[in-house]
Amino acid sequence: MSILFLILPVTLLLSAGAVAAFAWATRSGQFDDLETPAIRLLHEDATSPSPGLTPREKDTR
Amino acid sequence: MAAAAPIGLPVHARRQLEPEPQCAHCDLPVPVTQVEPLSERQFCCDGCRSVYAILHDAGLQDYYAQRERTALETKSPQPSQRKFEELDEPSFRESRCQPCANGVLTTSFFIEGVHCSACVWLLERLPRVAPAVVEARYDLTRSALQVSWDPTKARLSEVARVLDSLGYTPHPSHQASSITEQRKGDRALLLRLGIAGAAAGNVMLMALALYSGQFSGMAAEYSALFRWASLAIATPAVFWAGSAFFRGGLAALRTRTPHMDLPVSLGLLAGYLGGAVNTVRGQGEIYFDSLCTLTFLLLVGRYLQRTHQRRSTKANDLIQALSPATACVIDGESRREVPANSVAVGSIVAVDAGVRVAVDGVITAGSSAVDTSLLTGESFPEEVAVGDRVHAGTTNLAGPLRVRVESAGRETRLGRLLQSVENTQRERAPVVRLADRVAGYFVVAVVAVAAFTLLVWWQLDAGHAIDHTVALLVVTCPCALGMATPLAVSAALRAAAQNGILFKGGEFIEELARPGVIVFDKTGTLTEGRLALVSWCGDESLKDFARAAEANSGHPIARAFQRSGESSLSCSSRTEYPGGIRAQVAGKDVLVGSRAFITDQLGSVPAFALRPLQAQAKAGRTPVLIAVDGEVRAIAGFADSVRADAAASLKRLIELGFEVEVLSGDDQRVVDSVVRQLGVPFASACGGATPEAKHAVISERRANGQRVFMVGDGVNDAAAMAAANVGIAVHGGAEACLAAADVFTTRPGLDAVALAALGARRTMRVIRTGITLSLAYNLVGIGLAVSGHLDPLWAAILMPLSSITVVGAALRARTFTAQQRS
Repeated sequence: MSILFLILPVTLLLSAGAVAAFAWATRSGQFDDLETPAIRLLHEDATSPSPGLTPREKDTR
Repeated sequence: MAAAAPIGLPVHARRQLEPEPQCAHCDLPVPVTQVEPLSERQFCCDGCRSVYAILHDAGLQDYYAQRERTALETKSPQPSQRKFEELDEPSFRESRCQPCANGVLTTSFFIEGVHCSACVWLLERLPRVAPAVVEARYDLTRSALQVSWDPTKARLSEVARVLDSLGYTPHPSHQASSITEQRKGDRALLLRLGIAGAAAGNVMLMALALYSGQFSGMAAEYSALFRWASLAIATPAVFWAGSAFFRGGLAALRTRTPHMDLPVSLGLLAGYLGGAVNTVRGQGEIYFDSLCTLTFLLLVGRYLQRTHQRRSTKANDLIQALSPATACVIDGESRREVPANSVAVGSIVAVDAGVRVAVDGVITAGSSAVDTSLLTGESFPEEVAVGDRVHAGTTNLAGPLRVRVESAGRETRLGRLLQSVENTQRERAPVVRLADRVAGYFVVAVVAVAAFTLLVWWQLDAGHAIDHTVALLVVTCPCALGMATPLAVSAALRAAAQNGILFKGGEFIEELARPGVIVFDKTGTLTEGRLALVSWCGDESLKDFARAAEANSGHPIARAFQRSGESSLSCSSRTEYPGGIRAQVAGKDVLVGSRAFITDQLGSVPAFALRPLQAQAKAGRTPVLIAVDGEVRAIAGFADSVRADAAASLKRLIELGFEVEVLSGDDQRVVDSVVRQLGVPFASACGGATPEAKHAVISERRANGQRVFMVGDGVNDAAAMAAANVGIAVHGGAEACLAAADVFTTRPGLDAVALAALGARRTMRVIRTGITLSLAYNLVGIGLAVSGHLDPLWAAILMPLSSITVVGAALRARTFTAQQRS
């Protein structure tokens, strides 16, 4: 059972990783708008791409 | 209306049920007068026709396919027809637009009336309709459209007008620059929420081990490991993620106002200290699992409430939005544009026809009609001549004027009015919410019971006295109580928004739930806010002549003629006078105007016209005479028609226990006529009230301890709305009015106001149920703790159980759904 002394910190380290990922996602705005992207996904019309900025341009802004 | 059609049927199914022609844009039946037999497509109104044309020109016909998929109704567009010139001011660009790469500017609009995915689709294809726009992104959560556009290709006002013509009226001043700040705040809260959640999950796993260890036995070293690890995880969760509660609790102590955060921080602190001491001691209970869960759940409530709340804006940015930023100063022979707030008193300013007046002053040359509806709420334009006073914010309708400046900028009547809106808003005492009031008593009761427990157990069993007291404080930590309000309110705010009612904060739901006096503005609130042709005495065919004569004028009477139908005749020449118009239509000399104008032009008004003229005036209508070739041939009556749903909505408010009143800036006779038409028992109906008087009336009422709600739509109501317990702005209201309001409706009609009051009351019932339930759970907890039967396992079970009950009660409730009409 003394393996617990090793496993518990490892588990906590893993959780810390998940928390860090969550923090990154939040800070970079992944959760800013949870409604529109779901709708937008259905809209992308293949025939005529939107004349907006390309994704690359958007990222660098 | 389409509401009569079976709801729930997809659009195409409904189409088969109805034989009459349907509007190609909005699917509503086309009125007989609008049907064009030769045309392939029929439209119910000009708004639909123009939107259809815009979409087709831009190759966006897919919109209709998108809409079919969502099976939602499209409403016929209701453009505000504003010019949005204020968006082109340099000060707007400076404060509200952020520069991007390649000279592109980005700004955000708050857009109302977006209800389905087809709307989002259309809005995001704005670059096709307005080529200057580089990108448009819509955010449904915040109702905000982020627009990036190239300022070298088009002005922002042009982009705004395109949006408006599609039926999505953009509002720049609602959230404006605060949207970035709001996002930042949302992210910070979400991060805390996530960390509290992660901590709660991990601590709970370890607590599970510890609890099972209680029953089956556990070696001391492992139990110590779990306890120390729990302490380590709980520390950041309680003190970093939950720091807002401690800050709120401290603030409540400092200002001596009851607040929910006080009992919460008391419980958190007691539980944490007790747990920490017991961890170090190596014996006794720890409560970290409950504490982390508590923090997490309370943050969930806060987060939900925050995301559904609309921020209010300050009024101080609004003056420039309402009066033009520059004035045209006459200096000898030359004219030059000068910033409106730096125009010198005593200088002469030129105001051309169709332009908004920028200063307060006296007319020195010219005569015209001035539309003062923005400032005073009067529905009919005021005739002005040399020596009369004009105010900033009014619009010059007919001829060019010269005005000697008496005051400019903040010193104008408009400026002072908006200043008072701002002052009133700032001085307004915050609403003490029901849950906070309950929490105030609650914290006293908990402290008393805790002291009692400590004392009694000290006598009985000193070793366990502190343990029992800490257990009591943890179990009474009002998790469910703290969640009851935010959950019910956020669910209600969401339901309200879906039904076209936007509350700027949950506290206004609580305010609106208690009955009081609802004061209505008349023009634009009880009525449509624009003149309509309501009676016609004379040959029908003459309508065509009058319409042709008035076809291009901006005068309210001319607009009403234009709305009443299209003319098949053409007009060769046209001269506008104050009070009337002279035009050559189909070779005939046509005069359309007031009695004074006709008398002036023809010498007299024939005797047969006198009776109908008097009848019109008595009915509160504005009479207009039509003369063809020097002979009076018809009399038209104009009135601001009462909103179709006004009477029913007012009756419903009276049923809910509200008193209704009218407070209008318009003439008393017009007010009386509207009251007669509505047939609703008003407690009082008062006309001729200036904006300042409205403010005074409302403030005085509140000082007398009455609960007053103000419903309005104009700048003239803004100060009164800010002074009221709750200010409600109806759809189509002026920007200043929306800023002063606590609640505003995004669909036309007064129906939404009645629904807001009803929904508020239902929401309060839900909140009360939640509070009662959570107090009942606490009572059980207190009983167990005082008698010493409470162990942390019980606490860990009771707390989430009570929260789940409250959550269920809050989410299940129907609050702002439209009332079923029996």
